[in-house]
Amino acid sequence: MSKPPSSRGGARERLQHWLPRLVLSPSFVLVLFFVYGFILWTTYISFSGSGMMPDYTWVGTRQWSRLWSSWTWGIALHNIWVFGLLYIVTCTVLGLLLAILLDQRIRAEGTLRTIYLYPMALSFIVTGTAWQWFLNPGLGLERTMHSLGWESFSFNWLIDANMAIYTVVIAAVWQATGFIMAMFLAGLRGIDGEMIKAAQIDGAPTWKIYGRIIIPQLRPVFLSAIVVLAHLAIKSFDLIVAMTGGGPGNATAVPATFMYSYAFSRNEMGIAAASAVFMLAVIAALIIPYLYSELREPRS
Amino acid sequence: MSAGSLVARRNTLARALLYAVLLTFAVIYLMPLYVMLVTSFKPLEEIHQGNMLALPQDWTFAPWREAWGSACIGLECSGVHGYFFNSIKIVVPAVLISGLLGAFNGYVLTKWRFRGHKIVFGLILFSCFIPFQIILLPMARVLGILHIANSTTGLVLVHIVYGIGFTTLFFRNFYASFPDELVRAAKLDGAGFFTIFFRILLPASIPIIVVTIIWQFTNVWNDFLFGVSFTSGDSAPITVALNNLVNSSTGVKAYNVNMAAAMVAAVPTLIVYILAGKYFLRGLMSGSVKG
Repeated sequence: MSKPPSSRGGARERLQHWLPRLVLSPSFVLVLFFVYGFILWTTYISFSGSGMMPDYTWVGTRQWSRLWSSWTWGIALHNIWVFGLLYIVTCTVLGLLLAILLDQRIRAEGTLRTIYLYPMALSFIVTGTAWQWFLNPGLGLERTMHSLGWESFSFNWLIDANMAIYTVVIAAVWQATGFIMAMFLAGLRGIDGEMIKAAQIDGAPTWKIYGRIIIPQLRPVFLSAIVVLAHLAIKSFDLIVAMTGGGPGNATAVPATFMYSYAFSRNEMGIAAASAVFMLAVIAALIIPYLYSELREPRS
Repeated sequence: MSAGSLVARRNTLARALLYAVLLTFAVIYLMPLYVMLVTSFKPLEEIHQGNMLALPQDWTFAPWREAWGSACIGLECSGVHGYFFNSIKIVVPAVLISGLLGAFNGYVLTKWRFRGHKIVFGLILFSCFIPFQIILLPMARVLGILHIANSTTGLVLVHIVYGIGFTTLFFRNFYASFPDELVRAAKLDGAGFFTIFFRILLPASIPIIVVTIIWQFTNVWNDFLFGVSFTSGDSAPITVALNNLVNSSTGVKAYNVNMAAAMVAAVPTLIVYILAGKYFLRGLMSGSVKG
């Protein structure tokens, strides 16, 4: 928009030309250094012999092969796969269901929406603390069911190595479903009513109208929801630390907790860096095409 | 028009079922908060005997007093209040500075475009989505070199740097729909870069300022990863203190104190959500979908 100043242009005009860039530059420099510079540094470290301290000698892919032969890393990958899949599918299905139900001219819709969405305002640490207590095998839900007369009720997933990851899924779904619901609700409200009316006049049953007309039109919302959830899932760290601490044993380790423990308690910087680079690569493969399509669409 | 009301209003049974399902979900959603609250007002004996869902028989504020002022976190037995104030010390400057930078960036990227503005925006935007694990190791080194490791100042810097992406996104999307004609007319009248920003755009930006402040406030307040990676002991934020309190396994677990501390950590963001839920949602949405 701004034209380059003519050679005759006064100092003021030159200033007006450069000022916008000058104002933007501190942020840009910060981002270049703290984001892209750091990405390069971490990537380099993943090919170095760094242990407790950075050591810049190039060791090729040694850290990477140590990462991939690590038993815990295998568990972490398996867990993030299980967790991510269940989390994304459950949040999407429940969110869509709640949005459709709320979209039936419900009285007190505003109040219900507020209730469904409030967990999103909480810190994962608070959520984890609450659910750890709620699902506490000795005193929580189990005990409450017993005292209500359901003596055989048993729920000890939190301390069961095979089931603990599912308790994290429950808490995570509880936290994010309201948000996904809000996204779908906004999508539903933006759908063109003409086709629906026509289908209604033709006497199509409600479930068919949803299945054939409405839900297919929500495709962009599905895409956004899945990207957001996948992104939240890969970053999941706080919730796991607060709920299970990655345990029992390593049972609920995920890449984020793996990276943290190798970086700060095991002093294996090289492996930690390799795991972080892997996480970035997965997210970038997901986010870059998404951002690209989001950013260029309005131009067409 | 909305797709709404496809479930016929005449069909009373279906409507009743609909409300039943919605209310059940509402109860499930409120349950953990309810349990946290009632637990925080019960004496410990009552917790050990009874039912998690029951209201306290003996209401007591002692767990809240202890959580705030005397619970032991690590070796320090003075509750979470110090950490609460740490979080405030971090949140206020981090939100204001990253918000201001984002506002300027959004302004430049929409009203003073230059060659390559799209690439610049793309590079800034991508920083919203990186898994922060990728920057933990170098950031720890840089904070050490700058002598602000293990301090709230260090965390302020971290939150500013990684907040710029979202604040820029918010303001850019908002200013993109601000009429260019007004800006062009002001330029013709000889108004400069800052005059246009402060006199024309900023007064019209209240909604997006609210969205940005709420978004940044919630994010920074709720942060745990940066807090636990870059601070320890006295300079930790509330989330780290809460986690240390709850998950340090020494002695008898005081569940009521834990829940009171969790409520202390939750109250600021809950208040913001209740007072300004609309703006909170708008922030969430623009973080995920284009504005």
